[in-house]
Amino acid sequence: MSRRQTTIIALVALTVLLSMVSMAAGRVWVPFSDWLDRGDPRWAIIFELRLPRTILAIGVGAALGMSGAAMQGYTRNPLADPGALGVSSMAALGAVLTLYLGAGAAEPWVIAAAAMIGALIAVMLLLALSGQASSIVTFILAGVILQTMAGAGVALALSLAPNPWAVNEIINWLMGSLADRSLGEVQMALPLIAAGCVMLMFIGRGLDALTLGETGARSLGVNMTATRWILAIGVALTAGASVAVTGVIGFVGLIVPHLLRPLVGARPGGLLIPSAIGGAVLVLAADIAVRLTPAAGEVKLGVAMAVLGGPFFFALLLSLRRRIA
Amino acid sequence: MSTLSAHDIEVRLGGKPVVAGVAATFQSGTVTAILGPNGAGKSTLLACLAGLRKPNAGHVRLDETDVLSMHARARARRIGFIPQTPEVAWAVEARILVGLGRTPFIGSSGLSLEDAAAIDRAMEAAGVAELADRDVTTLSGGERGRVLIARALAGDPEWLLADEPLTGLDPGHQLDAGDLFRAMAHEQGRGVIVTLHDLSLAARIADRIIVMAAGKVLADGPPGEALSPEVMARAYGVRARVIEGAGGPLIEIVGRGG
Repeated sequence: MSRRQTTIIALVALTVLLSMVSMAAGRVWVPFSDWLDRGDPRWAIIFELRLPRTILAIGVGAALGMSGAAMQGYTRNPLADPGALGVSSMAALGAVLTLYLGAGAAEPWVIAAAAMIGALIAVMLLLALSGQASSIVTFILAGVILQTMAGAGVALALSLAPNPWAVNEIINWLMGSLADRSLGEVQMALPLIAAGCVMLMFIGRGLDALTLGETGARSLGVNMTATRWILAIGVALTAGASVAVTGVIGFVGLIVPHLLRPLVGARPGGLLIPSAIGGAVLVLAADIAVRLTPAAGEVKLGVAMAVLGGPFFFALLLSLRRRIA
Repeated sequence: MSTLSAHDIEVRLGGKPVVAGVAATFQSGTVTAILGPNGAGKSTLLACLAGLRKPNAGHVRLDETDVLSMHARARARRIGFIPQTPEVAWAVEARILVGLGRTPFIGSSGLSLEDAAAIDRAMEAAGVAELADRDVTTLSGGERGRVLIARALAGDPEWLLADEPLTGLDPGHQLDAGDLFRAMAHEQGRGVIVTLHDLSLAARIADRIIVMAAGKVLADGPPGEALSPEVMARAYGVRARVIEGAGGPLIEIVGRGG
């Protein structure tokens, strides 16, 4: 068995294990033996609160992990990630605009659609701004511009908000969390995430060939226009749907492919599936950790990931200094 | 037997003509070297021949088919291409990089036994079998150049178009690669077109030499004919002498000036 297969099996086992813990853990501990007693009031906690939360953690983690791996493969840049490069922020801007306009309260799918449109615009802008060259510097600058634009848009929406209640709702949602999500949100997000993941897996061979640069890939018969569009729509679906239900959870797509590369090899197409499972593991673990943190209120998952991911991003950039210079 | 032919190719970049009306027909079974000073349009012409760039005017035909009208995968199976500054973005093993040469053949099920055999043959032929498990980013420039030649061979193409494939190789490996190109053409009947800067090396490797300058063909013929002192003077602005060396003609650059 290859090292890649062993890693995948280990990650799947870890996902199953963490899912069980995620169902059992929280303010109220519910041991496995009590799960099937419908009369127990804790049954509702498990199946109405923790089950959607666990499923969403897996789905959102897989979406962010895979879209990060795909973006890194396409741009040949280990710092690409929907969170770090402003795709998630643009999705959030799309969603915030609907919340602000009041449409979101009525129709949840409107938020999702707006978030995906925001993400799609972001990916297209990112690819256009960074141009043909895969220079790390231009790429990060393009990401900074997007982040700034999205941040300004959100700030504008907040400062013009009609009432403090709307401001509070938007801020809370922006911080990213899996708490109190319902099965309805699961039903909306999962098919979109699954469709996006399938699209991204479809361009795996093209991403492999891009290891040889764009000319190299084209000489091997890869249709770059199609690859670019499938990537953009795939990332928009996965990252957009994730942001629509959980708010902004950053750094998953940055950290996971980087940690897995030494284990499964650097071939970008081969990283897609392990990164999806790895993303699920990371988000599940982080969500459990957030729930068990002894604090008055629950620490937001997006905030926890940022606290973890910021220094990681910094360290990664330091290790790449030579390549950038 | 197949034919790759350029018909009045013109390419303009930013309004400036880079290739200004080139017509040439290439037969499989021969090694052709395209020479010329920097900016002569060699790489641009090669990219047009490979079907990777659309000329502003003119067209390229592989046998009777326009290369741009071919399906990208079908074209990639017949024409292998090595870009001038080959990029290797990720720290993958040499064998995986060579395996990318099989991209136009791979279905959804991944590498077949046939693919694996082609990869082994290509690595053997390019003399990089012992580098198979090495991380490509840790290889020297010359080793990486040979791995990239193996990558192109892995696709078993009818035509190999390579943009300065010998740059950065030491003299021994330059000769090996040259012999490999000749064997591909003469023994296996493939067509090989390479751009080169080393005139003596070109004279030794190629059956036919095309000298380009300012986007036009200045000379086209067997090495002895195309590499005359007059052509060298017009193309490069140098005084050159052709010496009969032990391994073929040697071109000595005497000095500047025509």
